[in-house]
Amino acid sequence: MTTIVTDNCKGCRFTDCVSVCPVACFHYDDEMLYIDPDVCIDCSACLPECPVQAIYELDDLPEDKEHWIEINAEKAAELPVIEEQIEPLPGAEERKAELGL
Amino acid sequence: MANLGTEQNPLLVAIVGSGPSGFYAAEALIKSEFEVNVDIIERLPSPYGLVRSGVAPDHPKLKTAINLYKKIADDPHFNLIANVTVGRDISIEDLRKTHHAVILTYGAETDRKLGVPGEDLKGSHTATEFVGWYNGHPDYRELEFDLSQDTAVIIGQGNVAADVSRILSKTVDELKHTDIAQHALDVLAESKLKEIHVIGRRGPAQAKFTPKELREFGELSDCNPIILEEDLQLNDESKKELEEKTNVTNRKVYDQFCEYSKRELDSSKSKKCFFRFLMGPQEIIGNNQIEKLILEKNELSGEPFKQSAKGTNETIEINTGILFRSIGYHGIPMPGVPFHESWGTIPNEKGRVTENDGAVVEQLYTGGWIKRGPSGIIGTNRACSVETVTNLLNDIEKLNTETKKHGAKEIYSKLDSKNVRHINFAEWSQIDTKEIEHGEPKGKPREKYTSIEEMLSVIK
Repeated sequence: MTTIVTDNCKGCRFTDCVSVCPVACFHYDDEMLYIDPDVCIDCSACLPECPVQAIYELDDLPEDKEHWIEINAEKAAELPVIEEQIEPLPGAEERKAELGL
Repeated sequence: MANLGTEQNPLLVAIVGSGPSGFYAAEALIKSEFEVNVDIIERLPSPYGLVRSGVAPDHPKLKTAINLYKKIADDPHFNLIANVTVGRDISIEDLRKTHHAVILTYGAETDRKLGVPGEDLKGSHTATEFVGWYNGHPDYRELEFDLSQDTAVIIGQGNVAADVSRILSKTVDELKHTDIAQHALDVLAESKLKEIHVIGRRGPAQAKFTPKELREFGELSDCNPIILEEDLQLNDESKKELEEKTNVTNRKVYDQFCEYSKRELDSSKSKKCFFRFLMGPQEIIGNNQIEKLILEKNELSGEPFKQSAKGTNETIEINTGILFRSIGYHGIPMPGVPFHESWGTIPNEKGRVTENDGAVVEQLYTGGWIKRGPSGIIGTNRACSVETVTNLLNDIEKLNTETKKHGAKEIYSKLDSKNVRHINFAEWSQIDTKEIEHGEPKGKPREKYTSIEEMLSVIK
């Protein structure tokens, strides 16, 4: 089991999830966040925090998003950890509206 | 004195309680731009609070949060003073003299009461007692739970209620390789329970379970999850709640209930776990021992997301010999600290302790459940403690004093003068190592010591 960040985060990167992560398992780049599956403890605290519903538990991951499992693991391994909430990316609110949320 | 939070004059902070909130407060202080020395004071010889004694034994991955706490404890600015009860062995007044600031993160220790007749009959328990007992907490090791009954009732539908009912629904084989206390495993092995009823005050659209913990009931080796189809009827307001796009959690939970209601009963499984809605306890009946629970049916009223349950006068009965109430925790007061009786919390303004009239109490701060009430999960406490520490550090100039403070050194001399045995992190680590060793031959991640004397006897 693990928890996975998917495409809705891209271009938003709200980072509300980061402040409730008990083990600092989020990593980031210029576009979005990724979860390190080796550090995540599957507590799911981050799920309800995400304003764009980008985060899934493995059991609930839609088939067309399964490739994100690998992307999270690979990206988390090479990117820095993020432990504190930061400003969303410019245009995040617009993207959220586009997603109908 | 030199500026506080510098090498010449480090900020000294005492934290009361070594659960997640205490550790996250310590982490935020140590990682700050200031020079800070943290002393965490813990009542038991063992740290980690509810991660050790609350998180269910069959959820081992959640307990790996401890790996992070160990890293925090490795920092030279961190110090554990365990086996010391604040308010008995040392007072808040003492800590205000030895340290610049005190953060109270001692959690919410008791359960809320149902407030119905018969609540104190034999066989009526709190979820806290049962959870503490199966997790080997020293305060609860002597308790007895009579599982020779055929029916158990759990009042409440939150994550603790889910843990209690799942542990009761599992077989010994499903639990024997966890860190569950041996005394609990022995009693559960003799369980005669056939039915477990999990009762919610509100409807299936308002249950507080998470989808993940509800799914676990569908994977039990000897128990069928049961929901009556008629119980899944929704009023218009509840339908609106589930249609709301952002309400993902309740929608998933409701869908899972629907899936269970359509499942064919697996007759090879000997237990049934019933999820029941819209009813609240009215009276518990029995002579010395619980025999029967009378529940009043409820109906919902109010706007979507603000619906409350009201009794309808229609009642139903469940014959049961054992009952667990799991309707929320309640904090207890600390001598020398303001307290809000009905909320069971320490009054505060974003972590700064206040009197009940709102006046700020200098030097005192609070975090976690005793600050905001018993809600949220492990990670929620991180954000909560970070807020408190941010405010504490904003006050740093005010916290400076004319004369030097001595921190842990002075605490130790007070404790030693009273012959109080105190445990540091290295000593706890010896206990930790022994527990893991004792678990190994049984295929368990650890076998916990359940008495303080046993724990202390291990330390060399």
